[in-house]
Amino acid sequence: MLSRVADSLYWMSRYFERADNASRVLKATYGLILNPAKFSTEERWFRAVASLAPGAASNTVDPQMALFLMVAAQEGSFSIVKCVGGARENARQVREEISSDMWEHLNRLFHDVTGFELAPNDDAGAMRVITLMREGSYRFNGITAATMNHDEAWHFIQLGKYIERACNLCVLLDAYFVPGKHADDLDWVGLLSSCTAFEAYCKACTAELKPDRIANFLLLKPEFPYSVRYSLDRLHEALTAISNLSLSRRTDKIERLIGRLRSMVAYVQIGEIIGGLHKYLAAIIEQCRDLHAAVHEVYIEYPIEVAFES
Amino acid sequence: MITETDAADQSGAEALHQYELNGAYDEMFASLDHPRRQYRPLHNLILNLGPEELRRSKHEADQSFFNQGITFTVYGNDKGTERIFPHDLLPRIITAAEWEKIERGLTQRITALNLFLKDVYDQGKIIEDGVVPGSIVYTCKHYRREMRGIKVPRDVYVTVVGTDLIRNPEGNFVVLEDNLRVPSGVSYMLTSRRVMKQIFPSLFQKCRVRPIEQYSQALLSTLRSLAPEGRPEPTVVLLTPGSYNSAYFEHTYLARQMGIELVEGRDLVVHDNIVYMRTTFGLRRVDVIYRRIDDDFLDPLVFESGSSLGAVGLFNAYRAGNVAFANALGTGVADDKAIYAFVPKMIRYYLDQDPILEGVETLLMSDPGQRDHVCQKLDEYVVKAVGESGGYGMLIGPHSTEQQRAEFKEKIQAQPRNYIAQPAINLSTAPCFVDGRIEPRHVDLRPYVLYGDKITIIPGGLTRVALRKGSLVVNSSQGGGSKDTWVLQN
Repeated sequence: MLSRVADSLYWMSRYFERADNASRVLKATYGLILNPAKFSTEERWFRAVASLAPGAASNTVDPQMALFLMVAAQEGSFSIVKCVGGARENARQVREEISSDMWEHLNRLFHDVTGFELAPNDDAGAMRVITLMREGSYRFNGITAATMNHDEAWHFIQLGKYIERACNLCVLLDAYFVPGKHADDLDWVGLLSSCTAFEAYCKACTAELKPDRIANFLLLKPEFPYSVRYSLDRLHEALTAISNLSLSRRTDKIERLIGRLRSMVAYVQIGEIIGGLHKYLAAIIEQCRDLHAAVHEVYIEYPIEVAFES
Repeated sequence: MITETDAADQSGAEALHQYELNGAYDEMFASLDHPRRQYRPLHNLILNLGPEELRRSKHEADQSFFNQGITFTVYGNDKGTERIFPHDLLPRIITAAEWEKIERGLTQRITALNLFLKDVYDQGKIIEDGVVPGSIVYTCKHYRREMRGIKVPRDVYVTVVGTDLIRNPEGNFVVLEDNLRVPSGVSYMLTSRRVMKQIFPSLFQKCRVRPIEQYSQALLSTLRSLAPEGRPEPTVVLLTPGSYNSAYFEHTYLARQMGIELVEGRDLVVHDNIVYMRTTFGLRRVDVIYRRIDDDFLDPLVFESGSSLGAVGLFNAYRAGNVAFANALGTGVADDKAIYAFVPKMIRYYLDQDPILEGVETLLMSDPGQRDHVCQKLDEYVVKAVGESGGYGMLIGPHSTEQQRAEFKEKIQAQPRNYIAQPAINLSTAPCFVDGRIEPRHVDLRPYVLYGDKITIIPGGLTRVALRKGSLVVNSSQGGGSKDTWVLQN
């Protein structure tokens, strides 16, 4: 497959996952702020902003504006509207690679979410965009799985989706597990809901909300789709599949990076990491970045000298 | 589902009530009560269906175009609005005998034009012998001196051609324009055929229409035949300017139909005069490039240095014979509108034959006598800028205002070499379904010719329609649409 095409598929998928993540987090946060609790409304919005736009100085955001910004901001690449636009723009470049159903659906979702002339104080409007995104996301993911060959193009889509998901989860966990400031049950429900994990957690661990169990569930549970472990397993699968297809390419660096990354979540127990969670999460994010760079270097923008050596 | 019976139900005739003949050759009617023989099945169908049924069919056809994604993007709109290409419901029908002549005429013409290109980029004998003036060849905007002395594969310069034909009031097809650079529109020919078969299945069957579906296979094998020697399994790619180009739909369509990669300039790398494309599995050698980018943008080292649509070094690889382009570079010199006036002479010079298809009388504004004559009677002529296409830079004398004529007169005086004039020709009309009834509209015909190891002409083409009443401009950028074109079997 052309490198440019692979790159567009990868970014289509990353942007889409990012928009999906924002819609989950915002929906859960909006549910939380209606109740009084240990954390103030402001703090909760700051937390949401910190987990969705990690680069931004979250404390400078006006809490009244947070929902609007996270849904519709034109600056940065974090708002739902902007991320759906990014996904669509990348899909547009590779229309011959994806199925018509995928394109039509993504295009329609884009027009739906941008069609809202959202005003800054229109919480109800923002919540409607979020609902559109939630439904659109399930549909798009279903259509993608059902209507295209699960070949190289599909593996690049999986790659983008799960590297984005792993990073998003780490950032979110980091925003909730603040040392010295323990959240109450309501906030833990918010965290779990942000990962559509509340019911799954209750089934596996009962409704008793213990921080280390929650961390264990969202970090290390191999069976739950919105856990870091699950994401890295899928990432590993996708990279292995691509590497097997490409035969003679030098993929050893990628294999080393994904192997090490996966072992970080596969061979630890929560007790070993809960004390230094911030550092641990930062290390995972850092390694995801390295992996991204390695994939780019091996498959997308390799120097041509290297190509002639192999 | 539409049913077609021969018994004419006269209530359906109301769709045709306003049909008038205006002096142009009408494709369907010899006179209003005499439909031509090849159109009788269609005529009966119209009488039977009536306006309501036709409207339903039109809607069904629109829907089918939309669902297949046969759309073009409307510019100046960041929401990326997509519209379907305007098309007309009723097919344009060409008899076997008419087509046979078109086919012979085009083969002859393309052969001569190709020999002309080979000649002007080699020894220039035709210029030496005084048949075509060098002053016109070398001043042509699309003449590429970089092509001098380059041997192109099989000596084929023009691989994909879309020649514009019109039918004059006497009923003869004449050549209006040769498009030898990057002609487009073939995807509309192919997709509208699919839609028509679905809308009028039994009419289609009854008429015994020759198939065109083999176009993509023919194109692929033509392109493969241009591969450099020693490359028995050549890699063919289609080079597109990208998704913002108005013909991007066609590029994706053809690439998919041929099963070849759709590449952009940034996907290509040239190393040691060999062209590669960057894939996830490494660099893969490219042998033939069906390029849908103008010469100017192909290689910033040789042409437009600011262009990022092509790739650095492509031209050297081409010169070294390691990659083939379709079409070759520099073919624009042969479809220059002033050179057009000399094509009949070329045919006689190279082939020693009389032209089978006539051209339109063309006056060169660089000739003082002809210029004075035209400038006095601008309202009778169509004036065209020689290097333009798409219906731009044109004055249609009979439909022009005093002011427009004055402007053109100035332009002609300022740059005589840049203009030619032709008598205004009344293009033939064909029945079109417009606003709930059937009215005549002017049409032309663009058949597609492929030239590789042999010349292949697909029986059909794009019939372009000037959808505005009375208009003679069929270009899609100027309110034109298309019709399916049926060439009948013997």
